[in-house]
Amino acid sequence: MLNALQQIRQQAADALAQAGDLKALDDLRVKYLGKKGELTVILKQMGKLSAEERPKVGQLANEVRSGIEALVEERTAAVKAALLDQKLALEKLDVTMPGRAAPLGKLHPLTKVLEEVKEIFLGMGFSVAEGPEVETDYYNFEALNIPKDHPARDTQDTFYISDNVLLRTQTSPVQVRTMEKQKPPIRVIAPGRVYRSDAVDATHSPLFHQIEGLVVDRGVTMADLKGTLEMFAKRLYGEEAVVRFRPHHFPFTEPSAEMDFQCFACHGEGCRLCKGEGWIEILGCGMVHPKVLSICNIDPEEYSGFAFGMGLERIVMRRYGIDDLRLFYENDLRFLNQF
Amino acid sequence: MNLSMKWLADYVDVGNITPHEFSEAMTMSGSKVEGWEREGAEIKNVVVGRVDEIVRHPDSDHMFVTQVDVGAGAPVQIVTGAQNVRQGDYVPTALHDSWLPGGVHIKKGKLRGVESCGMLCSLSELGLTTHDFPYAVEDGIFILEEPDIKPGQDIQSAIGLDDVCVEFEITSNRPDCLSVTGLAREAAVTFGKPLDLKAPAVKATVDDIKNHLSIEVLAPALCPRYTARMVKNIKIAPSPRWMRERLRASGVRPINNIVDITNYVMLEYGQPMHAFDYKYVEGGKIVVRNAKPGETIMTLDGVDRVLSPEMLVIADAKKPSAVAGVMGGEYSGIMDDTNMIVFESACFNGPSVRTTAKKLGMRTEASGRFEKQLDPATTIPAVERACELVELLGAGEVVGGMIDVDNSDHAERRIKLEPDWINSFLGIKVPVEEMHRILTRLECRIDGEFVIPPTFRADLAHKADLAEEVARFYGYDKIPVTAIRGTANGRYTPIQKFEQLLGRTLLAQGLYEVATYSFISPKYYDKIGLPADSDYRKCVVIQNPLGEDTSVMRTTTVPSMLEVLSRNYNNRNKAAALYEIGNVYLPVEGRELPDERACVTIGAYGEGHDFFTLKGVVETLLSAAGVEGAEYAAVSDDPTYHPGRCAVITVNGQKLGMIGEVHPAICQNYQIGARAYVACLDEAVLFENVAPERGYKPLPRFPAATRDLALICDDELPVAALEKAIREAVGKVLEEVSLFDVYRGEQVAEGKKSVAYSLTMRADDRTLTDEEADAAIKRVLKSLANLGVEIRS
Repeated sequence: MLNALQQIRQQAADALAQAGDLKALDDLRVKYLGKKGELTVILKQMGKLSAEERPKVGQLANEVRSGIEALVEERTAAVKAALLDQKLALEKLDVTMPGRAAPLGKLHPLTKVLEEVKEIFLGMGFSVAEGPEVETDYYNFEALNIPKDHPARDTQDTFYISDNVLLRTQTSPVQVRTMEKQKPPIRVIAPGRVYRSDAVDATHSPLFHQIEGLVVDRGVTMADLKGTLEMFAKRLYGEEAVVRFRPHHFPFTEPSAEMDFQCFACHGEGCRLCKGEGWIEILGCGMVHPKVLSICNIDPEEYSGFAFGMGLERIVMRRYGIDDLRLFYENDLRFLNQF
Repeated sequence: MNLSMKWLADYVDVGNITPHEFSEAMTMSGSKVEGWEREGAEIKNVVVGRVDEIVRHPDSDHMFVTQVDVGAGAPVQIVTGAQNVRQGDYVPTALHDSWLPGGVHIKKGKLRGVESCGMLCSLSELGLTTHDFPYAVEDGIFILEEPDIKPGQDIQSAIGLDDVCVEFEITSNRPDCLSVTGLAREAAVTFGKPLDLKAPAVKATVDDIKNHLSIEVLAPALCPRYTARMVKNIKIAPSPRWMRERLRASGVRPINNIVDITNYVMLEYGQPMHAFDYKYVEGGKIVVRNAKPGETIMTLDGVDRVLSPEMLVIADAKKPSAVAGVMGGEYSGIMDDTNMIVFESACFNGPSVRTTAKKLGMRTEASGRFEKQLDPATTIPAVERACELVELLGAGEVVGGMIDVDNSDHAERRIKLEPDWINSFLGIKVPVEEMHRILTRLECRIDGEFVIPPTFRADLAHKADLAEEVARFYGYDKIPVTAIRGTANGRYTPIQKFEQLLGRTLLAQGLYEVATYSFISPKYYDKIGLPADSDYRKCVVIQNPLGEDTSVMRTTTVPSMLEVLSRNYNNRNKAAALYEIGNVYLPVEGRELPDERACVTIGAYGEGHDFFTLKGVVETLLSAAGVEGAEYAAVSDDPTYHPGRCAVITVNGQKLGMIGEVHPAICQNYQIGARAYVACLDEAVLFENVAPERGYKPLPRFPAATRDLALICDDELPVAALEKAIREAVGKVLEEVSLFDVYRGEQVAEGKKSVAYSLTMRADDRTLTDEEADAAIKRVLKSLANLGVEIRS
C-alpha cells in the first residue's frame, strides 16, 4: 500500500508538471484528491490494515495529499502568471503616443506677472488696495500736489469726462484714497488700469497698467524705501539683480527717485538692449511729500512714508522679450498660449 | 536739453573725463543723461586736402583729375565732377576706405579709366548745410575758408565738428537746468569744481533808450518783469563759426547774427529773448496788456490767430506785435533791412503762458520754458549778455540805458533747516556742516537756522526739498538699505480672493484669460444690436478721445469679447474659449463718478463648444464659487442672442447675468463665421450670493433607493420645471435627481418629448423602504401630471 501511495505521488507530480492550463490542473486535482479520486480510494482501504501499518500508511497518505495539494496550487499560480504575462504582452502600448489632456487655460501674461508682483509684496506685509478708474481731478492731481496749470499735467495727457472728472492717469490717486480711509501704519500696493491719450503704437497704449505702492508709519526713511524696493527687485529678477536709485522729480514725493536695474546683458557697460545706458529704468519712487500727507490729514511731523509706481506692461515685455505692446490687447490665442 | 561740452567748458572745467563718466555722474546727481553723441563720429578717415594740381579728365568733358596733398608725402589722385574747385583750394578729402554720414563707404576705384583714390566732399556729404557754413555753396565741393588748417588734418578738428553733445532729460521742476549755465552749476557741484560764471559787460554805448522807447506793463500779474535794451546800426550777417557750432550742437539752426544771439542767450541763460524790429514798434511804445476781445494777430508762422482777453500780448501803441512768451507777430522778426532792434528779456506768468500756448495750439521753445515759471532775476543778465554778444560780433551799436519794469516779488524764501529731521527722514547721519557745505555750493545762503535759496531755485520751498538737495549731493547710492520696521499683515481681501478663485476655476476649464480696452466706440452698441432706448447706451463719454473707437467707457463687455473672438476667428484659430474679468462703467444719476462693476465675461466658438458646454462652464464656476440655486430662464427677445438659445441667470431673485448663443446677424457684424457663445456674470452679485460655509455632514450610513423615471411631456415644457416638481414632490429624502436622456422622434408623438430621470433617495436615520420610495414616486407622478406629464409606457 505504501508503494501504491508512492506511485500515486509520482504519477500526480508527473501529470501536474505536464498540465498546461487551468482546466487540466483542475481535472488532475479531482482525479487525485477528489471524493472519488485515487488517493481517497486508497484511504478507504485503510481499515484493512494492521494497527502497526495504519499510522505509517496514514502518515504517508497525508504527506502525499498535502504534497499534491501544494503542487496543484503551485502549478495553478504558475499557469495564472503565464496567462497574465500573455495578456499583458498583448496590451502593450506605444507610450510615445501623445496623451489626452483635459483642456487647461492660461492667464493673460499681464495677470501672470502681476500675480507674482502681488505675491512678493504680500510677503513683505503689503495688502492690495483698489480705487476707481474714472476719477476726480482732485484725487488724480490736486491732492497729489499737482495743482491746475502745473506743467507736470502736460506730461500726462489726460482723457477728460468733464472739467472735474477724468480717467486716472496714474494709480497714485489710490494713495490718497487709502490715506483718507486708513490711518497709519499703511502698507499697500494698488495695481490697476491707467489712461493717457497716447496714440497706439508698439510702445504706447492709451490704456496700460501701473502698480502703485505706499508705506506710511512713524519713522519710515528713504533707506527703508531703498531696502524695500531693492528686495522687490531681487525677488522679481533674482538675487543677482543690481539696482540703483537716482534723483528724479515727482510733485507728490520729495526726495524723488527712479530705480534702474543693471542691464543683464552688458552688466552696466551699455549695449543695444539698454540703448547704451547700461541701466534700465524700472520704477519711480520717493518719500511721500509732507504736503500730501497733510492733505490726507496725516501729520507729517509724526509720520513719514514712501511711495512708488511702476508700469506693468514694461516689466512683462522685458521679461518675455515682447517687442510690441499691442499684442497684449489683441488677445490672439497664438500669443496667449505662450505664457 | 542738448549740452555742448565745449560750451560747458566756458563755465566749469570738469577735468579729463570721458563723456560716459560725465553722463554717469550727472545722472546720479539728478540731471538725467539720455545719451551723448560725438559730432562727426560717423565720419572716418576724412582729412583736409590741398588741391595742388587740377586737369581735365582725358575721357570726360565734365570731370577733373586732381592731385591732392593730404599731408602724406606723395599727393593722392582724385577724380571729381565738381566745377568749383581751383588749384590751391583746401577741401574736405575722403581718403580710400573712409566713412561719411549715413554709412557711406568711400573706396578707391576708376572713373572712366582714371584711378580715383578717394572723394572731394560737399557740405551735404559731411552732413552739413549752408546754415552751418554760410560761405560755402550747396552744390559743389566745400571749399574750406577756415584759418590755420593743414593738409592731413582731421576734418572734424578743422571745421569744429568735434564737440560732444550730451542730451539731458530735465524734469519740470528745474527750468533753470534748461540752460548751459544751469547745467554748469550742477556740474560744478557734482564734480567739486569751481564755477566761473562771468558777469556780462557791455563796453560802449551810444544814445539812450529813453529817447526811443517807453514801456508800459498793464498786467503786472501776468508779466512780473519786462526788461529791454536797444541796439542800432544793425549789420545783419552770419554769426561766427564758434557760435554756429554751439547752436548746431544744441540742436538750433543758425540764421543770422541777431537771431543767433537771441537763441544763444536762451540756451546759455535759459531766458527766451525776442528781438523786435524797432521800425515796426509804432509810437515807440511797448505795452504789455491783455488782448482785447476779438483782437487778432498774424504770428511769425504766417497764421492769423484770434486772441482772447485772458491772453497776454506785447503791443505797440496800436496793435499786438507778439503773443507774450509764445510767438512774435509777422513784423516783429528780423529782416535784412532791420536797422534798430529792441531786445525783450521778460518774465511771464507760467500758467498763463501754458494756457495761451495750449489754446492757440502752438507750443514753442519759448513757451515751453516760460510755462515752467522762470526766474525774474535772469532778465537783466540775459539782456546784458545779448548786448555783450552784439559788441563781440560787431553786429551793431548798443544803445545806452535799459528799461526794466519790475513787478516781481523780491521777498526772500526762508526755509528752516532741520538737520535731525532730514537725517531721520533719509535714514542717514550727515553732520550739519556737510549740509551747509552742500547748500552753499548750490548758491543757497545760510542765515542761522534758515536757508535762503537762490532766486533761480523756485523749486526749493519746503524742508523736504532741502532733504532732496542733501541727498542728491551726499549721494543716493550712499543712503543705506534697510527693511521697514514693524510688522504688517499683508493679505488679500475676501473679494480679491474670490476673484482669484473665479479665474482659477475658468482656467481649469480650459479658458484663456484676455485683456481688452475699457473704452469702446458708441457704434459698438449698434453692432451688438442694442435697441436705441437701451439703458446700456447711457455711458461715460470721454471729451477728448483719441478716436471714436475709444470714446466711451463700456457699459457692457460683450462687444469687447466679440471683438476678441472675431480677431481670433479671422486669424484662423480654429476654436477659442476665453474669459475676462474686467470692469463696466455705469453712470449713476446724481453722482459724479460711475459705478465700476467687475464682470466675468466668457466667450467661445469652434469645435467642442456649444450652448451647453458654455452653460457647463458657468455651472462649474458657480459651484466652485459656492453660489447655489441659480435659475436659468429662456429669453427670446435679446437682439444680441439667438432667440431660442439665450437665458437670463438669476440667483435668489437677483439678476446675475446672461448666457447665450450669439445671434447670427451679430456674428456677421463681427465677421465670425462660426456659432459663438457668450456669457456675462456680475462679479459683485456672484460674491453677494456665496452660500455660507457649511459644517461637515457625516457620510451616509444607510443605503439609498434609486428609481428611474421615463416621462413624456410637451416639447415646450422646460426640463427645469420638471426637475422643480420632482424636487418638491420627493422632499427631504431626495439626494440627487439627474436628467439622463431627452428624446424626440418617431417613438414619441409629435410635439412631445421623452425625458428620463434617475432619482436617488436616502434617509439619514434608517434604510428607506421600497414602500417609501414608491410612495415618493407616486407623489412625483401626481405632481407631474399637473404639468401634463405622463409616464412613458
